[in-house]
Amino acid sequence: MTNSSEAEPGLAGRAETVASFAHEVTLLSRLQHALHSNPALVPLIVLVISILVFGALLGGKFFSSFALTLILQQVAIVGIVGAAQSLVILTAGIDLSVGAIMVLSSVVMGQFTFRLGLPPFVAIACGLALGTFIGFVNGWLVARVKLPPFIVTLGTWQIALAANFLYSGNETIRAQEIETQAPILQLFGQSFSVGGAVFTYGVIAFIGIVLILAYVLRHTAWGRHVYAVGDDAEAAQLAGVNTRKVLISVYMLSGLICAFAGWVLIGRIGSVSPTSGQTANIESITAVVIGGISLFGGRGSVLGMLFGALIVGVFSLGLRLLGADAQWTYLLIGVLIIAAVAVDQWIRKVSA
Amino acid sequence: MEPVLYARNLNKRYGRVTALDNCDFDLMPGEILAVIGDNGAGKSSLIKALSGAIQPDSGDIYLEGQKIHFASPIEARHAGVETVYQTLAMSPALSIADNMFMGREIRKTGFMGKVLRQLDRPAMERIARQKLSDLGLMTIQNINQAVETLSGGQRQGVAVARAAAFGSKVIILDEPTAALGVKESRRVLDLIQDVRARGIPIILISHNMPHVFEVADRIHVHRLGRRLCVIDPKDFTMSDAVAFMTGAKAPPAPPIAA
Repeated sequence: MTNSSEAEPGLAGRAETVASFAHEVTLLSRLQHALHSNPALVPLIVLVISILVFGALLGGKFFSSFALTLILQQVAIVGIVGAAQSLVILTAGIDLSVGAIMVLSSVVMGQFTFRLGLPPFVAIACGLALGTFIGFVNGWLVARVKLPPFIVTLGTWQIALAANFLYSGNETIRAQEIETQAPILQLFGQSFSVGGAVFTYGVIAFIGIVLILAYVLRHTAWGRHVYAVGDDAEAAQLAGVNTRKVLISVYMLSGLICAFAGWVLIGRIGSVSPTSGQTANIESITAVVIGGISLFGGRGSVLGMLFGALIVGVFSLGLRLLGADAQWTYLLIGVLIIAAVAVDQWIRKVSA
Repeated sequence: MEPVLYARNLNKRYGRVTALDNCDFDLMPGEILAVIGDNGAGKSSLIKALSGAIQPDSGDIYLEGQKIHFASPIEARHAGVETVYQTLAMSPALSIADNMFMGREIRKTGFMGKVLRQLDRPAMERIARQKLSDLGLMTIQNINQAVETLSGGQRQGVAVARAAAFGSKVIILDEPTAALGVKESRRVLDLIQDVRARGIPIILISHNMPHVFEVADRIHVHRLGRRLCVIDPKDFTMSDAVAFMTGAKAPPAPPIAA
C-alpha cells in the first residue's frame, strides 16, 4: 500500500517526453487508423476493385450504365432491409424477423386493399403501422424484459411468418389485379431512365433511406446514443442515456423500414405473394457484415452496408454474366463474410 | 460552515447483509474528502446512495441544505452531482467530444437544429477542447479521436474533465488511480487538485493511502457500514488510518465535529 510513496520522489527528475511511437508508424498502422475512423472504407475499396475486375473480364457487357443500374435494382430490397438490420446490429442486437415483417406487411397492404376494400393508401398505412408494432414488441421484449435479441426475433420471425400464411390463406394477389385496381401498391416498381441507366423508385427509396439514416446516425444525439448503447450499454446508461428508449425506438424504426420494404417488394415482384422474401433476413445480415458493421455493436456505418449490399449484387451479376454456376457466388460471399469479420477484429485492436 | 452535501442515518440492507448502518456523512465546501474503508465496509453503498445509483432504505441526504432524493444517477447529475465511475462510463468507439457530451448534446439553433435535430459539433468540440485545456490535458491533440485510442491516464483525464465540466456542486471519484501507473496517477492527482482549486468539492474513494494522504483535506474512515471517524491527514499516519479502518486501533476519542 505504501509502495508508491517511496517511489514518487524518484519521479522528480523524470523525463517529460511521453513514450513515443513515431518509429512504429508504418503504412499498415496508418491504414489501421484510417479504417478505424472510416469503417465504410473497406467495403468501398472491395466494391471498387470488384467492379473493376468484372469490368475488365466482361468489358462493355458489365461496364454499361444499364448493367450497373440493374445491380442497384436487384439489391434495393435487401438494401432497405439491410438498413433496418444495420440499426439493430449497431445496438449489438440482431433482428431475424426483418424478412417476415416485410412479407407480412406487404400481405396486409394487399389484402386490406382487396379483401377489405380499404383505399390503398389506408392499407399501406396499416401495413407500415403493423411493421412498427412488431418492431415495438421486439424492442419492448429486448429492452424491458431483457431477453436476448436473437431469441426474441427468432420468435417474432416465426410468429409473423405464420400469421402471414394464416391470414393470406397462402393466396397470391396477381400483378394485373393490382395494376388495374391499386397501382399505388406498385409505385416503387415504376422506373425512369437517364441515358442508359434505369432507376426504379425502389432504388431511389433505398438510397434515400440509407442517406437519411447515415445523417441521423452521424449528426443527431439519437444517432450517437445508438452507437453508445451498442458499444457499452451500461456505460451509456451511467453517462445519462436512456438506453431502454433508444433500444425500443431502434427496433420500432427497424420494423417500420421493413414494412416499407414490403411496399417496395410489391413494386419489385408486381404481385403480393406470401412466399416471397424468405431469404431477406440472412441476406440483410450478409450485407451488414460485408459492409463492415460489427456484430458486437457500436462500430460501422450504414453507408458500409450500402457498399456491402452492392458487393453482393456485383458478384452475383458478374458471375452470372461470366456463365459461372450460381454456387460460386455463394462460395465467394462466404469467403467475403469471414474476411470482413477478420478485418473488423483487426481494426478493433487499434491503439494510440 | 454548512456542509455542501450531508447525510444522516442512512440505512441500506440487502437481505441479511447490512451495507449501511445509521451512516452519517459530511462534505464541506471546497474540500477533498477521502473515503477509506476495508473491502465490504460499505463504501460503495454509501457512494452509490449519494450518487443516486441506489436508494437507501431510510435516512436523509441534503444537498446545499435541501433534502434530496435521487431516483437515478441521471437525477443526481441534473442536481449537479457528477460521478466518475471506476469503469469510467465511456463509449470506447466514440470520440472524446461525443463522450464528453453523451446524454447532454448541444443542438444547432434554427432550422438545422430544431427540425433536423443536427448536433452543433463545432460548439461541442470547442467546449470539449476548452475543458481539457483548463485541466492541462492538451497532450490530447485530436478531440475527435476515439476514446479507445487513448492511454489509461488520458481516459481518466477525459472522464474527470467531463465531470468537472458539468459537475457544478460535487464531484465523486471512484478509485481514479486504481488502474494507472505511477506517472499517470500523478497526472490524475494533479488534475484532482486543479478541480479543487476551482472551488468544486470532491469525494475521493481510494485504496491508495499515499494518494489519499497527499490530496485529502479530511479522511472519512468507513467501518462496518458506518462512519467510524473523520481524521485530519496531518494529525495521523497512514498506518494509523489503516489501523482504524481494520479495527486494529480504537478511533480517536472526539471525532472532528463535522
